[in-house]
Amino acid sequence: MKIVAANRLTDGETVWLGAGDRWVETIDAAHVAQDTEDEARIAAAGSAALAANIVIDVTLVDVEIAEGRILPKRLRERIRAGGPSIHPEIGKQARKAAQHAA
Amino acid sequence: MYRYDEFDQAFVKARVAEFSDQVKRRLAGELTEDQFKPLRLMNGVYLQLHAYMLRIAIPYGSLSPRQMRKLAHIARTYDKGYGHFTTRQNLQFHWPKLVDIPRVLEELAEVEMHAIQTSGNCIRNVTADHFAGAAADEVADPRPYAEILRQWSSLHPEFSYLPRKFKIAVTGAARDRAAIEVHDIGLHLKKNAEGALGFAVFVGGGLGRTPMVAKKIRDFLPERDLLSYVTAILRVYNLNGRRDNKYKARIKILVHETGTEELKAQVEKEFLALKESELKLPDADIRAIETYFAPPKLKARPEGDAAVSKAVKADPGFADWLRRNAHTHRNPDYASVTVSLKGIGEVPGDATDAQMDAIANLAEHYGNDEIRVSHEQNLILPHVARADLPAVHAALVEIGLATSNAGLITDIIACPGLDYCALANARSIPVAQEISQRFATQARQDEIGDLQIKISGCINACGHHHVGHIGILGVEKKGTELYQVTLGGSAREGSTIGEIIGRGFAPEEITDAVETIVDTYLAQRENREESFLDAYRRLGPAPFKEALYGHEAKAA
Repeated sequence: MKIVAANRLTDGETVWLGAGDRWVETIDAAHVAQDTEDEARIAAAGSAALAANIVIDVTLVDVEIAEGRILPKRLRERIRAGGPSIHPEIGKQARKAAQHAA
Repeated sequence: MYRYDEFDQAFVKARVAEFSDQVKRRLAGELTEDQFKPLRLMNGVYLQLHAYMLRIAIPYGSLSPRQMRKLAHIARTYDKGYGHFTTRQNLQFHWPKLVDIPRVLEELAEVEMHAIQTSGNCIRNVTADHFAGAAADEVADPRPYAEILRQWSSLHPEFSYLPRKFKIAVTGAARDRAAIEVHDIGLHLKKNAEGALGFAVFVGGGLGRTPMVAKKIRDFLPERDLLSYVTAILRVYNLNGRRDNKYKARIKILVHETGTEELKAQVEKEFLALKESELKLPDADIRAIETYFAPPKLKARPEGDAAVSKAVKADPGFADWLRRNAHTHRNPDYASVTVSLKGIGEVPGDATDAQMDAIANLAEHYGNDEIRVSHEQNLILPHVARADLPAVHAALVEIGLATSNAGLITDIIACPGLDYCALANARSIPVAQEISQRFATQARQDEIGDLQIKISGCINACGHHHVGHIGILGVEKKGTELYQVTLGGSAREGSTIGEIIGRGFAPEEITDAVETIVDTYLAQRENREESFLDAYRRLGPAPFKEALYGHEAKAA
């Protein structure tokens, strides 16, 4: 299973390719490719967005589904999805915490 | 401090305008990322895991209060309220938006700062002893020469596309506080028998994938020949350095593969052709640059001794801090203060906007308007009257920067690691935090004495792990973090590269391993005067290996 991760050109925000090939700011909303055909399709969508100057550093990320949520296999991508592990008050993880609290 | 002249000001403004236009064209889609990337890197803009990163040059680590306030303002306005001081005396912001960076650079230019040559295969920020111009053991201030090198190397047309990046460090004291032997060129400013100033020249040091200690190729180079000789080295490197393999492209590999004597001969030959050229430094020019670094006019403050001994009696916390964080100044009424950015459990090298503002205030009130950044990721107030030390300490307590640990086990160098960096394989900062917490008590740290731990999150070694007394390198193994330990490294004069002690440790094991190493040292040292490094050099790795892995061998 794979998803496409990238950083938005204008501000560097980490984004993932979501439903309808829209770029989303949380990994939970990423589109998970279940087979090689879909992987090729999302990779192409990522390349197209790079060429269209929407995102940069487009990467295919191996993921698994754990307790119903998308979890990258590599720690690097898990930190990229949450934010610096040393600063839970900063980055996407902080937004999530705020949502949970609300 | 050096002040920009009209040329400097125009040059930086022109560069800001140029890069602003490049950003505009990038955002408009007129430049592709492949086209833009080398341009942004030349202006200090990287891409990390969560955002862009902007690395700002702090020439030879010297900052004015006004510049520090500007950095605080940028942290507050364009970033997330903090900045990270690096092992190259620079500052990194980890969250700038590309759309804001032109404005940030404009603001930096207002205070004579920029981000030029903080990346790319060019001559990077020239670093220097953080106690330059203040230390009692200094022969002469190295900063005028660092400034001459900065001016010469800025956008140098011949050296803007070197095989790889190039780092120069300068020290003016026999005690090397600038790690010159692990730089591409290390310069040790000294006087010869006749009292003339010149340099011992070291070349080919470096860390990273292939760590090497620099070789001395000149024992005394007259100061007038600085630029001709450095140019000669760069020419030999630019011509012969490898461009076919990024990992073999640094000058250390060229020195190693060519041999020191042959390389020296090539440099001397090139130097002979350049010696009487326009690169020869007129004495008047050197002295003119020196005037920018004239020592501040320090008032006599003979009441320092009485004030300090009174405060020592009244406050044991002050006594600890004085012992570790005040360094001997050439003027006996003064001291150089290390402001520790290594609070227990904090992120090494990080400072908040409020802390930066407070340091700027302290530098103005008590520090003769000078601030330094050390390669050990601390801040320095180089000229503080001893009589003012109690007040400075009290002010630092208030902003949480009074940790009394300069040179102790919790004064850890750590790169940003996998928490931020796209190159990292493992996290560095959480390891530093846990070790710091384990050894938190002052008494325990003092008992252990001088001990440098340096941590890198990948083989590129931004955290200088090879030259840590205890070095820790994070790697990725089977998808998890693993930490390799090296012992016996040092970046002081007579630098040594640490030796790998054995198999690596999991994140939950690494702090215990460090504690085992420290306990082994404490048990085996001859007396309290024998430092960890001295003990390791006497004992060798065997007792440490036995303590770390002996039970495994027995079990097997």
